[in-house]
Amino acid sequence: MPLVNGKYRANNKDPRVPANEVPAEVRAKNFEPVDTGYTTEDALEEANRCLDCKKPMCVKGCPVGIDIPTFIRQIREEDFAAGLATIRESNMLPSVCGRVCPQENQCEGNCILNRTGNDPIAIGQLERFLGDMTESVGATPVCKPANGKKVAVVGSGPSGIACAGALAREGFDVTVYEAFQTGGGVLTYGIPEFRLPKAIVKREIDGLKDLGVKFEYDAVVGRLYDGDEFFNDMGYDAMYMAVGAGLPKFLNIPGENLPGVFCANEYLTRVNLMKAMDFPVYDTPIKHGKNVVVFGGGNVAMDAARTALRLGADSVTLAYRRTEKEMPARVAELHHAKEEGVRVMELVSPLEFEAGEDGFVAKVKLERMELGEPDESGRRRPVRVEGSEFELPCDVAVTAIGTNANPFANMAADVDLNKWGYIEADEDGKTSNPKVWAGGDIVTGAATVILAMGAGKQAAASIAKTLLGDDAE
Amino acid sequence: MFEILEKTQYSEKVFKFRVHAPQMAKKAHAGQFLMVRTDEHGERVPFTFADWNPEEGWIEFIFMVIGKTTEDLSQLQAGDSILDVTGPLGQPTEMKPGNWCVIGGGVGLAIAYPVARALVDAGNKVTVIMGARTKDLLILTEQFRELPLENLIITTDDGSEGEKGVVTAPLERLCEDHAIDQVFAVGPVPMMKFSALTCEKYDMPITASLNPIMVDGTGMCGCCRVTVGGETKFACVDGPDFDATQVDWADLAARQGSYRAEEHVALEHAHEGGCKCHS
Repeated sequence: MPLVNGKYRANNKDPRVPANEVPAEVRAKNFEPVDTGYTTEDALEEANRCLDCKKPMCVKGCPVGIDIPTFIRQIREEDFAAGLATIRESNMLPSVCGRVCPQENQCEGNCILNRTGNDPIAIGQLERFLGDMTESVGATPVCKPANGKKVAVVGSGPSGIACAGALAREGFDVTVYEAFQTGGGVLTYGIPEFRLPKAIVKREIDGLKDLGVKFEYDAVVGRLYDGDEFFNDMGYDAMYMAVGAGLPKFLNIPGENLPGVFCANEYLTRVNLMKAMDFPVYDTPIKHGKNVVVFGGGNVAMDAARTALRLGADSVTLAYRRTEKEMPARVAELHHAKEEGVRVMELVSPLEFEAGEDGFVAKVKLERMELGEPDESGRRRPVRVEGSEFELPCDVAVTAIGTNANPFANMAADVDLNKWGYIEADEDGKTSNPKVWAGGDIVTGAATVILAMGAGKQAAASIAKTLLGDDAE
Repeated sequence: MFEILEKTQYSEKVFKFRVHAPQMAKKAHAGQFLMVRTDEHGERVPFTFADWNPEEGWIEFIFMVIGKTTEDLSQLQAGDSILDVTGPLGQPTEMKPGNWCVIGGGVGLAIAYPVARALVDAGNKVTVIMGARTKDLLILTEQFRELPLENLIITTDDGSEGEKGVVTAPLERLCEDHAIDQVFAVGPVPMMKFSALTCEKYDMPITASLNPIMVDGTGMCGCCRVTVGGETKFACVDGPDFDATQVDWADLAARQGSYRAEEHVALEHAHEGGCKCHS
């Protein structure tokens, strides 16, 4: 630790310790992690750059309010168990969030070093460094004594997990109901192994069992259980609905139902959840395209394109209606994808998929676009260029143009939905039903992991306050 | 884990499992389905409920061995467990009162049976047409015979049992005679398609239970999408029953065949000892 007169003085002029990334030509051929994380030396060097602000801006940028300067100080003091415990006060999934949060818009975006022209502290890398030490240092947060109240959490994605963890620590008896065979929601079926290893997701979710949280898998709430049963027969005092926005949107163009045309949810679920990359060791198959075209410009499109490369595609084209500048994907993800060999085709829009002789998709007809006036989102609207049609060979197509509300949104309990099928809930997650809270993508539409977690935490606080009254303080 | 309480073998390749699933048994309806994953390496595959009993806490499904997963399942015995069983999924079959014709083709007979029985139990007149390529592929014949049906008609393509020919010949007669006023069909695509064409000719309402490939079964992947009346629908949440006259059958058949090559690879891999069930 850099000391001046016995007091800590940050090495804030030093450049940020770079991430340890596997070279693009190696990693693009396998599903191993792209970023292998900081070593202890890296973490100590990076932690020494932190100014240890009295009024830390970074904490304000974190949707779950992790005490960032404290855990970084604990890294400097090489008390990793304490650092992990500090994070876990606010966040039960540090290994996940350290990897997948868009830190540039959150904690790191708020880091004061940005204003001095220096690199912000690599908060995500440091959080992940501690999270990945869980097995060696332990650190299960202490729970309050049981308060006798039961809460059902529907959905085991980031929002449900955050809510369940926070409630368990308050002494609630919590059961998480999950439709799939395993927990994690989009962390498990959506985000690929090379960005977020599934063993880590499982370990962090299983960590909630140490807090006494129970999990019931293969349980489609709304079909297998309903709200009346939860409240009347099973004795639940409240329910948190975090069922996500998993219903895929389609392009609605001819040929979209041809074999070989996937929506990203299916493509990624086959690979991430069902391990189709290891077919036939695993039973679920996937199509290995030679010429793969992915439609969209978000993180899901990046994940699909990079997955296609790893499945052995000769060429992967990312077709987007606007330009790279307007892409909603994280800059780092686009950069990774291009480094690995994904070709980005800007200002194009698909018109039709055509089948080959075998009945499978063989090519896609596209047209060029140009940017017109800004639309309601503030981005310039793509406008078609007359007579600009052209074709691309395409034996696997993946559409990643967004998702809609889960169709099971209100089947489990009577709650008001808005016109797009999302649950109406206030800032505390309260819905029109006094026993039901909701949060995450099923309220906001598709957003980020950490925002969903923030909503889960907020709802947990509101549930505690409502069910326990003043005892919650 | 879901314990197999009872295993029944109907023919060389057709089996029924009774599985302990008390909560599911309370919620199941005719026409709904469940998703099964046999073990850690397994895929998720859909089966329609054959029966259920809320008092005794079990559900049943019938399957025919046609590939790797159904072969794996067929090797399990009473007392063994299935790793994941999820359901009930999909919309229940709509059972309007009336004079019904239930058509089952091949392994689709396993789905036709609970629908016919539920219709009978609800007090409807029901005629069943059973169809198969040959006598050996007819399943549940005894069970159908035990139902109080108006009529039970059997057809085989080769004439080895019942009428020689396909199900549409007796269907056409029933339509001509005004003996029925609605039809439910389940089986291979050509059978459902030609049943729909026959019914269309007579303005006879017909519902078909579609069987596209599924992955999650809860509406989040669109693998099971089908074109009905020109619109894309998800069979797992909007169906699996649809107005058969509105279904794009070519589209369904093409999508069903998406993984034929891979299905073959999976089976070969298993037979070469790649599957732990055989080691």
